[in-house]
Parts: sequence; structure tokens; C-alpha cells
Amino acid sequence: MSLLWGRRILAGAMILVAAVAVTACGSKTSDEGGAAGVTADVSGDTVKVGLLNSLSGTMAISEVTVRDSIMLAVEEINAAGGVLGKKIQPIGEDGASDWPTFAEKAEKLISEDRVAAVFGCWTSASRKAVKPVFEKNKALLFYPVQYEGLEQSPYIFYTGATTNQQIVPGLDYLKAQGTKSVYLVGSDYVFPRTANKIIKAYAAANGMTVVGEDYAPLGSTEFGTIVNKVRSSGAKAVFNTLNGDSNVAFFKEYKSAGLTAAAMPVVSVSIAEEEVKSIGTQYLEGQLTAWNYYQTTPGAANGKFVAAYKAKYGADKPTSDPMEAAYVSVYLWKAMVEKAGAFDVEKVRGASDGITFEAPEGLVTVDGKTQHIAKTARIGKVGADGLITEVWNSGKPIAPDPYLKTYPWASGLS
Amino acid sequence: MTVLFGQLFTGISIGAVLLLIALGLALTFGQMNVINMAHGEFIMAGAYTTYVLQQSITGAGLSLLVALPVAFVVAGTMGVLLEILLIRRLYARPLDTLLVTWGVSLMLQQLARDVFGSPNVQTRAPDLLTGNVALPGGLTVANNRLFILALALAAVAALTLALRFTPLGRRIRAVVQNRDLAAVSGIPTARVDRTTFFLGSGLAGLAGVALTLLGPIGPTMGTNLIIDAFLVVVVGGIGQLKGSVIVAFALGVLQATGEYLTTLSVAKVIVFVAIVAFLQWRPQGLFTLRTRSLA
Repeated sequence: MSLLWGRRILAGAMILVAAVAVTACGSKTSDEGGAAGVTADVSGDTVKVGLLNSLSGTMAISEVTVRDSIMLAVEEINAAGGVLGKKIQPIGEDGASDWPTFAEKAEKLISEDRVAAVFGCWTSASRKAVKPVFEKNKALLFYPVQYEGLEQSPYIFYTGATTNQQIVPGLDYLKAQGTKSVYLVGSDYVFPRTANKIIKAYAAANGMTVVGEDYAPLGSTEFGTIVNKVRSSGAKAVFNTLNGDSNVAFFKEYKSAGLTAAAMPVVSVSIAEEEVKSIGTQYLEGQLTAWNYYQTTPGAANGKFVAAYKAKYGADKPTSDPMEAAYVSVYLWKAMVEKAGAFDVEKVRGASDGITFEAPEGLVTVDGKTQHIAKTARIGKVGADGLITEVWNSGKPIAPDPYLKTYPWASGLS
Repeated sequence: MTVLFGQLFTGISIGAVLLLIALGLALTFGQMNVINMAHGEFIMAGAYTTYVLQQSITGAGLSLLVALPVAFVVAGTMGVLLEILLIRRLYARPLDTLLVTWGVSLMLQQLARDVFGSPNVQTRAPDLLTGNVALPGGLTVANNRLFILALALAAVAALTLALRFTPLGRRIRAVVQNRDLAAVSGIPTARVDRTTFFLGSGLAGLAGVALTLLGPIGPTMGTNLIIDAFLVVVVGGIGQLKGSVIVAFALGVLQATGEYLTTLSVAKVIVFVAIVAFLQWRPQGLFTLRTRSLA
């Protein structure tokens, strides 16, 4: 057996691996279901809902906690008698941090299980992958994570923040602190790219300079070069839209390079309490986050939520913004269904406008037109105990404006 | 100047990680012509070993030091088991080995998922390794990367010395150069193969320990690196170590420079194009092993 032979086989192996990677990225959305839409099966004494989150892969670090809090809401609602007298029967699927898998599982939940609504998705890439599936089947998705805005699907309710409820307040905060230059670091997919487009438009109109912009593939763990660029850029702050556990590698590198929260703070929009815990408080202490909810947010509703979550999943488990938004989304759906008096998707959508809920983050109101919710923006700082404490809030809920129509500087976007 | 130095150091550090992984591959691929797709999972095993040890040993520094030999043995033992149970039976069938080890790789990933859970885990780095060393002129080098570089160089030195001066090393070199002649000269080639596999897989375990200092530990962490490591071995030339050493650092610096000047994704493309071009010019790799063997 010659060396050459081994090398040929190796070349074959490389091609094989590449081919597998490519097919894994190909779209597998099936066309079942048809344009007529699939009606939910609510004939029994239960109503099925789908839970679609990544329980494996690079996003599992975040999405497992969302699944847990959805389950908490479902159990609480069932214990209190269910929705319209029917108990909720949750059907869980693993999106596996892979966007075509999300589309496939969404199709399965809608067409085979005939669920009344689906709760889940985290990355915008997964939401974009399932959006046509929900629109084609006229089924409902409740999406619980902050995102880049510029979207408004009639079949999606967005219970996380849109840009004017998170990123814009985050920039306002930096501006108020006198920050004149920022460096943008993000994962390479739709959310960070769009968010950074918005940030650049904001910066141009508000006398800030964007001194650099870098993207790493989702799941990337080599940040030596990016941190080196950040360090030599002279930026006053970093706006971080990295997702998943790339954050672990980024913050380890950031600290190793001698960069500190005092000298060059990082504002993150995808790092909440759960991520702080797994990245390691030693790397994050003093860094800033922009959200609508923290475990430390005061109020009776939050006290009850935190206590219930810890009682079910363990005292060491923190609660976070996307978890809260996911928890709230189940209650909002319940309120919509009860107001509509039916599980029918169109009726539920029609009933959505003006629905309010005393959420852990404070009072939230559904805007029926955009299908987003009004939320209070909160900037927080990571403490030594791994919890995030609020350093600023918007004072009142901010009305959702996914297309940033009320901001003159954003006119060139979308 | 600061940037240039920083980038050079980043490149060398990427190279050091590649080198740790590629050393083991260079051994097994060079000696047995076995393409072990499960090599990446031995890295993972080393990383999870660090994680498990940190659960039981509280001091982050101590657990890291203990993890180095333990991970070497754990990954090495897994390698030997793989060799005894599967690879030994497939020596004459390289294509089958490839598929079998790939299957093993998928099974090990699933096993890790079942044992440690799907979400990636992290270890606490000892405080000593989270800071950096300040050099004159405003230059800094990160301690964790310095540690990895030292580890990689120590592994190269130890391996080179072992290959050159120990009886085992002489036997390994004999088998690499001419397996049949080594066998008729009384060298127990099967036993030498097993030892080589232990060493090669153990080195992957060490690489796993090193990687816990840089990023998260997850079931698929090995697959992300294995292709780059194979490239190092192929470009460096099969059957010897110096090519792998040079190419690992060259690729690291090329990757870091490319990334600095463009973006991470474009840098990957640049690296691949450079490799394809290089292999057109020198298909046998940077260095070749000259033997009188007919095979």
C-alpha cells in the first residue's frame, strides 16, 4: 500500500465530509400541507402545542432554558385548568441548531401533530427558515427572542424585543456615557449583520464612529485575530452580537488580551444570566447587556416566576430575558385564545390587539398591528455573583417599531 | 508594530493547537497509513477529561496539571481499544478503515452527548492563565496561548527525542520506513503499531486539554479541527515530524494574517487555495521520507 494511495483516500474523505456538510445545509422543507392550511386538532379534551428549540448543537446552551420555561408556563396553566377547559399537551422537537431541521420539524408539528400553536426558535436564521412553513400552513409561531427587526409576519408573534426596544436603547446608553467609537463583533448570520446595519445608521446620525466590524461563523472558537483587531482599533466600546458559545471563546480571549470592562466595555445583546453562568463570571464581570428583563428585576410577578422556576429546575438555575419572553408568550397565547373563544388561528390573531399581561418584566401589551409587544428596555451590568443588575431603564414600555419608521436616521434601511 | 506582533503571536498560537493535533495524526497516518477520522473525538475525550477532573478537584490550576497526564492516558487508551477492536483487522483495507473510524467518531460524539448532555460545557481556567505577560514596547502575550505553545513545543521535543534515542523510537522508525523488512528483522510490528496508536491518540488528548483554555467543550469540537490537522500532515509530508511542525505554524500564521487583512471566512478560502496550489507543485508534501522500500 503506497503513500499515494493513502493520500487519494484522504482526498476522498475530505470530499465526503464536505459533501455531507453541504447536504446538511440544503433545504429539506417538504411541500405537504398545501396552501389551504392545516387546522389544529382540538377535538379531544386536550389541545396540542409544539415546542421547537435546539436541544443539541451550538445553540443548546441558550435554547434549553427557553424550553424549560415554556414547560413551566404550560404546567402552571394546566394546573389552573388549562385553556378554554382543555389541558395543554406539549409536543417537543429538537431543532438541533440546524436551520433546515427547524423547517422540517415545524412542518411535522403543524401537519402531523396538528398543533394549535408553536413556541420556540432562537436564532433569526431558524426563524427565517420556519417563517415560510408557518405562512404556507397559516399556523402560529410565538418567537421569544430579541431580534433584528425589519420583519412582520402575520403568522408570527414576536414576544422578544425588536431593535427599538433593545439595540437602539443600548446605543442611546453608550451615547449618554459619551462613547464616541464602537467596534462591532458578531456571528455571521442574519441577526448580527442586520443589527450592525442598524447600528451603523444610528452611529452616522449620532456622531459615533464604527471603527471596525468583524464576523465569525456560528460556533467559531478562534478569536485571537478579532480580539487583536479590537484591541488595536482604539474603540471606546464593543457592541457584541455574537450568539451561542462563540461568546465563551471571545470573552476568554478578551480577558487574556488584557481588555477590561472599565477600559473598553462590551455591550452584549445575546448574553443573559444563563450564558453568564456558563461563560464564567470571571470573564464577564462589569460588562454590559441590553435586555428587557433580568432575574433581579423587581416586582411581585417576577418574584413568583423566579421562585417557581427555581423550585422546578433547581436553586442554582438563573432566569433570563428570552426565558421570560417565552414564559410570557404561552400566557399571551392563552389570553388571546380566551378572548377569541376559539383556537382558530385567524380568530386568535384578531383577538390579539391590546391584550395585556402582568409579566415578570412588568406590564406588556400586545400590538395587534405588528404582532410585537410593548416592552421596557433595561441596560444591565454583570455582577460578581453572575447576576445582572439594572443600571438604566426606559421608564415605560416602548411601543414596538420593527421597521424603525419613527426614527429618521433609519429611513435608508429595510 | 503591536498589531503585527499580536497577529504573529496569534498565528503561532493557532499553529501550536494545530500542531498538537497533527502530531498524533502524523504518527498514525505516517506509520500505519490509517486515516483515523475518530482522532478528533480523542481531542474531545481529553477536553471532557479536564472537565470531569475539574468537577472533582477544586483548584483550577491543580486540576489542569492533573488533567494533562490523565487525558493523555484516557485518549491513548481509547486509541488502543480502537486499534485492537477495529483498525488492526482492517490494515489492508484503507477505505474501510476510513468509514469505520468515521462511524466510531459519530458514535463517540453521541456518547458524549448522552453522558455530558448536548449543551457545551466550560472549564474554569486557573487565574494564572487568564492574564497576559507584558513585554517592553506595549506588547502583550496571553498566558493561556503561551502555555499551549509551550505544551506543543514540549510534545514535539519529547516525541523527537523518543523517536531518535529510545529503542521504541527506533522500532517505530523502522516500521515507518519498511514494514516488511522490520517484520523479518524480528520487530513485533503489531505491538509497535499499538504503541504508536497509544502515543498518537494520547497527544490528541493533550490537545483537548489545551483547547479547554481557549473555548467551550462540546461533542463536535474535534470535527471542527480534524480537517485542518489532516491538511498539516498532508502538506508537511507523510512519515516524519519536521514537515508537520513547519506547516502547522505556517498555516497558523497564514490564517491569522489572512483573517486580519480580510475576514475569517475569506481567510479560510485563502488557506485552502494556498494548500491546493502548494500540492500542485509538491504533491508529496514539504518533506518526503526517502526509503529503499518498493511499496
